[in-house]
Amino acid sequence: MKKPDSVYYFATCLVDLMYPDAGLAGMELLRREGVRVLFPQDQTCCGQPAFNSGYRDDALAVARAQLACFERDIPVVVPSGSCGGMIRTHWPELFAGQPDEAKALAIAARTYELTEFLVDVLDIRLDDLGEPVRIAIHTSCSARREMGVADRIESLVGQLGNVEVLTQERKPECCGFGGTFAVKQADISGAMVKDKTDALRATGASVVISQDCGCLMNIGGAFEKQGNGPQTQHVAEFLWERTKR
Amino acid sequence: MSTTSSSTSQDQSRAFHARIDDALHNDQMRTNFRRALTGIMAHRAKQFPDDAQLQALRDQARAVRANSLVRQPELLEQLERKLTENGIQVHWAENPQQANSIIRGILQAAGAKTVVKGKSMVSEETELNHDLEQHGIEVIESDLGEYIIQLAEEPPSHIVAPAIHKNRRDVAELFKRFHPEIPYTEDINELTNSAREILRHRFATADAGISGVNFAVAETGTLCLVENEGNGRLSTTAPRIHIAITGIEKVVEKLADVPPLLEILTKSATGQPITTYFNMISRPRQPGELDGPEAVHLVLLDNGRSRIRVDAELLDTLRCIRCGACINHCPVYVQLGGHAYGTVYPGPIGLALEPQRIGLDKVGTLTSACTMCGACGEVCPVRIPLPKLINRLRAEAVDGHPGQAGLPGHGSLRKSTEATTWKLWRLLYSRPGLYRLFAASATRLRALTPSKLGGWTRYRSTPKPAPRSLRELAKKEGFGND
Repeated sequence: MKKPDSVYYFATCLVDLMYPDAGLAGMELLRREGVRVLFPQDQTCCGQPAFNSGYRDDALAVARAQLACFERDIPVVVPSGSCGGMIRTHWPELFAGQPDEAKALAIAARTYELTEFLVDVLDIRLDDLGEPVRIAIHTSCSARREMGVADRIESLVGQLGNVEVLTQERKPECCGFGGTFAVKQADISGAMVKDKTDALRATGASVVISQDCGCLMNIGGAFEKQGNGPQTQHVAEFLWERTKR
Repeated sequence: MSTTSSSTSQDQSRAFHARIDDALHNDQMRTNFRRALTGIMAHRAKQFPDDAQLQALRDQARAVRANSLVRQPELLEQLERKLTENGIQVHWAENPQQANSIIRGILQAAGAKTVVKGKSMVSEETELNHDLEQHGIEVIESDLGEYIIQLAEEPPSHIVAPAIHKNRRDVAELFKRFHPEIPYTEDINELTNSAREILRHRFATADAGISGVNFAVAETGTLCLVENEGNGRLSTTAPRIHIAITGIEKVVEKLADVPPLLEILTKSATGQPITTYFNMISRPRQPGELDGPEAVHLVLLDNGRSRIRVDAELLDTLRCIRCGACINHCPVYVQLGGHAYGTVYPGPIGLALEPQRIGLDKVGTLTSACTMCGACGEVCPVRIPLPKLINRLRAEAVDGHPGQAGLPGHGSLRKSTEATTWKLWRLLYSRPGLYRLFAASATRLRALTPSKLGGWTRYRSTPKPAPRSLRELAKKEGFGND
């Protein structure tokens, strides 16, 4: 795909309320590449929480409310693997047979996860201005398995000269977030995030980054509760902070 | 939705959560699972060094299984015809009771008092051992793992490695208790040899052998049995009667379908390029032959499979070749082990199959034990879209349109409190004006965020909204609306 003049930014509900700095950093990265970033003010949520809980009617109603926000034929960039996966993979399922199916399919087809867009479409070049740091990368399961773009975060970080990437044991294993899973099966989720934080802490990294704020809220929240552990940060914020002049 | 099914469902859910609690507090067992599964995953990965080849093999295996399912009715007829021509007697069972009564009938007619049994998950579906023992027939499990859990009086915790939850010390203790004549050892090879000695005598004296089936070939009337210990071969050849039991979905069209399935089965299951034994059973002992059973029977069990098959989406569940790779790679299973699920089939395939097989109202909140991480779907050798199926079952369990035909227990997990919560969520997130107001107040009133959020804050700090939402920051930083 040729570099577009403009893109839509679909920040998702979690980024809007909990991680606005990460969301903004993603938009800054795109803008610096000469792309006009549109943030439709009527956007809310992709519908994933209700969809994964089995409440498809409610998921559909919320997803449907997004369609009018992203009508122009330009890419939709999403700073989250699971929301990107929801739109690209599950909107076609959710909207199957609905009157607005064609609109949903069109949006799904031009939806990109942020790191995927930065690498595949913009071929972004990064110049590391930050202090030396050792980090670990937690890849979102949706980015890995639903969207197949888990390696993009690695190639972006690979461009940063002062960043050493340490690899935790069982890296591809889920952190235990799973949306409503963390509430409905809180104890299993707690056991999983314990294993994940143990593995991440053992690397000695001072920062853990990811392309999904759900994972970050889970892992970061657990580190905070446990009292010692690396700082957690969304990849967009990490990249923006180290490369902005 | 009837009151009875709802209360059953609630009881099931409570029991499930109690088992989860037990499992999560059993550190030794969790260590056993973590160690065993880490090893199995590494063995599997070594068998597939070339991803392109793996994906091609998965496509091929999927196509074979999908074709078998589409043509299942005619293939089953052909299978029955061929088996009968070969001298194997075919029996059809709609439910577990029928299957057990057929097998019991065969054994009683032949005056059989002792049975050696190879591994069979279908016989776990029917609780065959229990039924036979109630009727005075002694059953000895001859697969080493099955033998161990039979001594311990436990169900399998894994479909391929039934005693995976036990470590060598647990096994040594069991042998000490049941075979005090054998010197105590925790050495795996010595324990295995002892079990072989004990079982060898059983094979020689049993009246009948019972086994499962991995693939039933319609073209030739051949029953294929995959195993590692030789116990399958002995169970099916040494006693004078052999009874095989399997699900109707195990039929495949032709002999040429078997090699790709066998290859991906053993590699996916145990990380072996091929198992030590592969048995192809095609007929009972013929005149002039020196060994083999005088009579061979096949019991074909439906037990909900026909109902699953007619649903275009759920049908994919039946492609399963029972390799257990989804279980081995499941990040929830590794925490819980198999018994916590409380179903015959644990792990992702259990989450997908059991609600369909026995009813959504009979498994409680089983399908909630999944993060949708997709690890299962990624390794499934026949590309069953497990997360998609689990999601579909969640939807069916909480569906608010009881008039719609569906699986047994349709809508049985719908609770008005949860349904109302989603309705409110829907209202908020589908009306941009209302949501803007909510975002503005949630950020400005962030100090009022409750500090305890149920199970979430048992393991994590309280998430707090940021001082300003992204939509406000975006506007301020000059990112336009359109």
